Amino acid sequence: MPKIYVDGQELSVKEGENILEACLSAGINLPYFCWHPAMGSIGSCRQCAIVQYQNEEDTDGRIVMGCMTPVTEGARFSLNANKGVELREAVVESLMLNHPHDCPVCGEGGECHLQDMTVMVGHRDRRYTGLKNTHRNQYLGPLISHEMNRCITCYRCVRYYDDYAGGTDLSAQASHDHVYFGRHEDGVLESEFSGNLVEVCPTGVFTDKPLLKQYTRKWDLQSAPSICTGCAVGCNISPGERYGKLKRVHNRFNDDVNSYFLCDRGRFGSGYVNSSLRLDYAGLRKKNGSFQAIHQQAAVDKVAKWAKGKKIAAIGSPRASLEANYLLREWVGKGNFSAGFSKHEGQVIHTISTMLSRTNALSPSIKQMEAADVVLILGEDVTNTAPRVALGLRQAIRNKAHQLAEQAGLPKWQDAAVRNLAQDQRSPMIIVSPIGTRLDDVASQLITLGIDDITQFAAAVADVVSGKHIKDVDVNAVAQLLKDAKRPLIISGSSLLSDSLVKSAAAIASRLAVDNKQTMLSYCIPESNSLGVALLAEDAKSIEELIIRADKFDVLLLLENDLHRRISLDQIDQLKNSGVKLVGLDVLENETLSACDLVLPVASYAESEGTLINSEGRAQRHYPVFEPAAERMPSWKWILELATVCEHTKIAKLTHFDEIVESCADSCSLFGQLTQVAPDHKFRSHGLKISRKTHRYSGRTAISANQSVHEPLQPVDQETPLTFSMEGLNLEQPASLTPFYWSPGWNSNQSLQKFQAEVDGPLSSDSSGQRLIEPKLDLDPNCLLSAPSPSKASISDRLKIKPDESQLVPIYRVHGSDELSSYTDEIAELAGKAFVAISAAVAEQLSVVEGDGLIVSNADGGISLEVKILDRVASDCVGYSAGYAKTNSLRAGNSVVLSKDSKWQRRMPQLIATDSGNKRPPNNIEESAHV
Amino acid sequence: MEKVLTRNIGADLQPTNLDAYEKNGGYQGLKKAMKGLSPKDCQDLVSASNLRGRGGAGFPTGMKWSFVPMGENCTPGHKYLVCNADEMEPGAFKDRLLMEYDPHQLIEGMILAAYTIDADLSYIFIRGEYIVSIQRLRDALTECYAKGYLGKNILGGSFSLDMYVHPSAGRYICGEETALINALEGKRANPRAKPPFPQVSGLWGRPTIVNNVETLCNIPHIVDRGAEWFKSLGSGEDSGTKLFGVSGRVKNPGCWELPMGTPIREILEGCAGGMQDGLQLKGFLPGGGSTDFLVPEHLDLAMDYNVIGKAGSRMGTGTLIILDDQTCPVGMVLNLIRFFAHESCGFCTPCREGLPWTRQVLLDIEEGRGTKKDLDTLAFQINYIGAIGNTHCALAPGAMEPLQSAMKYFREDFDHHVSGHSCPYGSHSKSLSQKHSGGY
Repeated sequence: MPKIYVDGQELSVKEGENILEACLSAGINLPYFCWHPAMGSIGSCRQCAIVQYQNEEDTDGRIVMGCMTPVTEGARFSLNANKGVELREAVVESLMLNHPHDCPVCGEGGECHLQDMTVMVGHRDRRYTGLKNTHRNQYLGPLISHEMNRCITCYRCVRYYDDYAGGTDLSAQASHDHVYFGRHEDGVLESEFSGNLVEVCPTGVFTDKPLLKQYTRKWDLQSAPSICTGCAVGCNISPGERYGKLKRVHNRFNDDVNSYFLCDRGRFGSGYVNSSLRLDYAGLRKKNGSFQAIHQQAAVDKVAKWAKGKKIAAIGSPRASLEANYLLREWVGKGNFSAGFSKHEGQVIHTISTMLSRTNALSPSIKQMEAADVVLILGEDVTNTAPRVALGLRQAIRNKAHQLAEQAGLPKWQDAAVRNLAQDQRSPMIIVSPIGTRLDDVASQLITLGIDDITQFAAAVADVVSGKHIKDVDVNAVAQLLKDAKRPLIISGSSLLSDSLVKSAAAIASRLAVDNKQTMLSYCIPESNSLGVALLAEDAKSIEELIIRADKFDVLLLLENDLHRRISLDQIDQLKNSGVKLVGLDVLENETLSACDLVLPVASYAESEGTLINSEGRAQRHYPVFEPAAERMPSWKWILELATVCEHTKIAKLTHFDEIVESCADSCSLFGQLTQVAPDHKFRSHGLKISRKTHRYSGRTAISANQSVHEPLQPVDQETPLTFSMEGLNLEQPASLTPFYWSPGWNSNQSLQKFQAEVDGPLSSDSSGQRLIEPKLDLDPNCLLSAPSPSKASISDRLKIKPDESQLVPIYRVHGSDELSSYTDEIAELAGKAFVAISAAVAEQLSVVEGDGLIVSNADGGISLEVKILDRVASDCVGYSAGYAKTNSLRAGNSVVLSKDSKWQRRMPQLIATDSGNKRPPNNIEESAHV
Repeated sequence: MEKVLTRNIGADLQPTNLDAYEKNGGYQGLKKAMKGLSPKDCQDLVSASNLRGRGGAGFPTGMKWSFVPMGENCTPGHKYLVCNADEMEPGAFKDRLLMEYDPHQLIEGMILAAYTIDADLSYIFIRGEYIVSIQRLRDALTECYAKGYLGKNILGGSFSLDMYVHPSAGRYICGEETALINALEGKRANPRAKPPFPQVSGLWGRPTIVNNVETLCNIPHIVDRGAEWFKSLGSGEDSGTKLFGVSGRVKNPGCWELPMGTPIREILEGCAGGMQDGLQLKGFLPGGGSTDFLVPEHLDLAMDYNVIGKAGSRMGTGTLIILDDQTCPVGMVLNLIRFFAHESCGFCTPCREGLPWTRQVLLDIEEGRGTKKDLDTLAFQINYIGAIGNTHCALAPGAMEPLQSAMKYFREDFDHHVSGHSCPYGSHSKSLSQKHSGGY
C-alpha cells in the first residue's frame, strides 16, 4: 500500500486509486461534484482541486484535480494550502452564478450536494451582478421532474444515463454556459433506470415527481431499512413516510446487490401503498354479496368459529414474507399447503430452486455478475424480468474495456479515457431469445429461436461443453467462448415457463464449473419471495391441486395472492362453488378478494417486517417504515393470531416475530442461517434503539394537532430494534438496520461514503442479507444435472407447430407486468395497454399494421389486442404483454391462432413523433383505419 | 529570401493543380521517401530539422511523432493522421492561404507524415467556413487517387493510405487536438483528459497524430531537401520559414512567408507598411487572440518561440493583431473575451462560468458602469481561470492572456473607464456595447 501525505498526515492508501478517493476513504472532506464512485472521474467540475508538491522542499506546489491524480508512493498534498482553498471556493462561487436561489421550494433542498459543498467551501457572498441564464424545462414523463435552471453542468446525468445505463434519449446539448441536459424534445424518458437521475444529480435538476406532489423534506421523513418487493432481485431500499403516507423510495446501498442504483419500478412502484384500494378493516361477506366492515377481534373470532377443529387448507404467496408463508404451512400442514404457484409456474420455480441448491456453479450476486467476462442469456429479457441485474450486465460487458485499459496502464476510474480507448469493444454477451430484448444493443450475438429451440440450443451447448461433438456453428462458438472465459455467466429464468430450459442452463453451468469454479448460474424469477416459498415448501401443492380438493376442506386461507393472475376463470369458479369458506388476506382490493367470505386487511411491505429470499438465494429483511393504519396487520401477525385462537399447539407458543424466524430457521437446514439475516429485536446500538426519524425531524408535537392538541403517544416497536421516533441512535449499527444515510455536513445521499469502509467499498458494518445457497463443490454435476438430451435431429430442424398456429411468448415490462406496482398511478400510466407483438412478415400475412387489432384465440376463447411490430421475433412465435389483467388467460408456450380484428378502433395517432422506437403510422393509415 | 511554403502562390493567386505542383518540384519528397527512406529515416529527418508545430504551441514535430508506437510495440489495428485545418484563432488566416492555393503541398506532407507513423487512414479536419479550401482539397485528392499517390500501394510500394476531407461543424475548441478527435468521432467537441495522449490513444482509441496545416506543409521540403537546408532557412533560433500575418489598422494587412526569427518590426513596418496615417502603435498580440499583448518596446524582438516566450507572450500562430492608440484596449479585450466565452465548450467550471462573468465585468467597465471592485474581480478571474491546471484545457488560460497583459500595460485605460464612468475612446467601441444575447 503506497503512503501519501496530506497536510503532513501520513495515509496508507489503496494502490491505483486517486487522491479524491484516498481522501474520502480516510475521512477527509474534499468536495466534489462530477466524480461518482460507480462512474469514476472525468475532471469536469474542478471542485476537488488540491495542491500537490514535488517533494519536501517544494513549498509552492501546483494545483491538481484530486479525482484525476493517481496516488503514488510518497506523494505530498495539501487541502489547506491557500491556492486550493481559494480555487475550491471560486468553483462554487461560479457554479452559483446562474443557480437560482430557490432552495426553499426546491425538491432537493435539505439533501442537496450543492448545498453541502457550498457550505463546505465557505462561499457566501455573491460578486456577480449580471443576469442569470435561464432554460426551458422539459416534460420527461410522470416520474422525473426537470428544472434546468438549477443545473451546475457536472455531466453526471448523461454519464449515468447514457454511459452507465445505456440510455439514448438524454444528452448534453449546446455549449459554453448554455449547456443543456435533456431530450431532443419533450417526452417520457425511455430508460427503465431513469429514476436514478434523482440521486445522481447533485442538485435539483432531476427530482422525484411523485414526491413533489406531496412533498416532504428528507429530514422530516421516517425511514426504515427495507427490501424492494417489485421483483426477485431484492434491491435494498430506504422508503420514507410522513403523515401516514409513503412519500418516496431511495436507494439503500448494498455492495453485493443494488449498490447505488434501482430500477424505476423499485423507486416509483410503491405508490400502491397509499392507494385508495387499500383495505382498512376486515370485511365479512353478507348474504347479498356485499361486505360488512368488522373489527379485528370479530374477524379473528369468525375464523375461529369456522376453522377451529376443522379441515383447513391454505394458498401461500410468492410475494408474502417467508414468515407468513411458514406459519401458514405449519398451521394447515404440508399436504394442505400450496406455495401459491400455478402448476406450470410452480414446476419451473421448483426446478430453479432445485438447480440452484444442487449445482456446483455459483449463484452470483449482481456484483459478481458485473465481473463476468462472457454472458450467455437464455430466453430472458433481463431488463424487464430482473431489471437491476440488466444494469449489472451493462457493466459486465465493459470488462473488455477494463482489460484494455489495464494493458494501456490506464486506471479504471479514468472513465472517459477508458471509454475512448475501448470505443465499442465489449465482452461477449450472447442473447438467445424468441423476441428482441432491451439488452440487444450491447449483445455480441443475437440468436432468435422459438422456446423449444432455445432449450435444444442450450442442451447442445451443454453437450459441447462436456466434450461432445455437434456440428452447429453457433453452438460451438458459444461453447468455446464459455470454456475460454474466466468468469462465465449463464442466465436463464422462468419467463418462458420451460422446465427443460431451466435444466439445460444448469447443465451448461454445472459442466463448466467442473473445470472453472468461477462459473455463475443465475435465474430471473418473477416475485420477491418466489425462491423463498419454493425453498420453504419443495413438496407444496399447486393451486390447481388444492382447488380440485377444495370441497374436502371447511376453510381455505388465501395469503396475498390474486388467483386471477395464476389460474383460469373456470378453476376460480370451481373454487367458489366448492362450498369451502374462503378467507382472503391481501394488501389491495382485487377480484379474488371479492370472491372471499372474509377479507382481512394486510399491511404492505412498508408497514411490516418480513424476510424475503431473492433470486440469488440471499435472505434479506425489511422493516416497517410506519405503523399500519386503521386495523391493518402484517400477514404473519394475522396468521399468528388466527392459528393461536384455533389452538395450534406449535404456533400458539410463538409471540414475537423473532420467534417465528427462529422456528422457521429450525425447520430445515437450508434456513439455519435465517437468524443471522439481521439482529433480533433485542439489539441495541451503544445501548440505544435505532431511530427511524432524523434528529431534525420537525413538528412531531404538532403533526396531528388538527385532530387533537394532545401529542399522541409514539407507537412502540416491540418487534424490531428500531423506534418510531427521533430518539435513539443511527450510528455504527449493522447495515441491515440502517434506515437512512446522513452524516454531519453531508445531508445528501453522498453521505453514504461515511458509512462505507472505503470509498465504493462495502459498508463498514457487514452488508445486509445472508446467502443461503452456496455451490455444492463436492457433488458430481453430471449425475445430478443431466440436460434433457437434444433431439436426435439437428437443432435447426424445428419442432413444428401446427400451421396457422403461433406459440405464445410473454413480453415483460418493468412498468405493467408486476402486480402491485401497477396499482401505482405513474406506473399504470407508463404501462399502457396490453399488446400483441408480431414480426413484419406475419403482419403482412395477416394484413395488419402497427396499431391495428388482432384476435388471439385459444381453446378458451379469444381476446383482442393492439398490434406491435417488432424487428426480432422467432418464426411461429407471437409476443404478448405478460402480467396485464387483459392477458391473464394467455400462457407462455401455448399455441394460439391469430386473426385480424376488423372491429378494432385505432387509437388516435400520436401527434408528436417521438424516438421511442415506435414506427410512425404508415401512409396508408386512413385506408387501414377504415377497413 | 527563398520562398518555400508559398513558392507556388504567385501574385495572381491562381490555385495549383497536380500538374503545376509537380512541375515545380512537387511530390519529389514523396518519391524520394517511397524509394529509399524508412519511416524511421523520415522521423529522424524531421527531428533533425528541428521543425516545431505551427499550430501555436511550437511542440517539436519529430518528437511528437516519436511517441507513436511502431511495429511490434503497436497493437494491431488502424493508426491515424489528422490534419488540423480548423483555423479559428482570432487574427489567423495563414492555413487558408496554403490550402486554397497549394492543396497538394499539404497532401504530400500528410502522405509523408502518415508514412512515418505508419498510419493507414488520414483526415483533413477543416473549418466548415473554408468552402473554397474544402473544394480544392477534394479536387486535389481526386487527382492524387488517380495518379496513385493515395489509395492502395502508393507508387507501387507496400504503403497504402486513404485520405478524407472532414468539414467541421464549427467550434473554436475543435482546434484543440483532443476536442478535434472527439468531434471527428461524432461526439461533443470537449477536450479529453491527458494522459493518455492521442499518440497512444486518439481517434477511435487508436494511435493518432494531429498536426497543423502549416506544419505538414513543411514536411515535403524537409524530406526532399534535408534537415540542414531547413535549419539554414531560419534567421534566429528556430528552423525554417513561417507564414506571418498582420491585421489591424496598418497600411497593408496581409500574410507573408518569412524566415523564422524575423524581427517583428520588419513584419509590421516592412511587410504591413506600418500604421495607418495618424495612428500610433499602442500594442499588439504577436500570435493571435489568445496571446499576451506586447508593446512598441518589443518591436525589435525576433519572431522565435523562445524569444517571444521570454518577453511574456507566445508566438502562437505568428499572426499579429495590432492595437492602435485610438482603439479602446478594454473594448478590444472585451471583444476577445466575448469570443472565448462563446467558444468555451462548457466542460469545466472555471472556463464555462468564469469567462461569461469576465465578459460581464468588462462590459460594465467599457460602458462606464465599472467600479474599482470590478478591477479586483478581473484580477481574481485572471488568477482563477488563467492558471494552468485550474481548467481542463488551455482555452481559458489562453483567453486570459490578452486580458492579463492589457491590465499590465494599459492599466490606466481601465482606471479611466472606471473613474470617468465612460469609455474615453468614445464611439469606437459603440458596436461592442450591444447586450450579450446569450443564445445558442
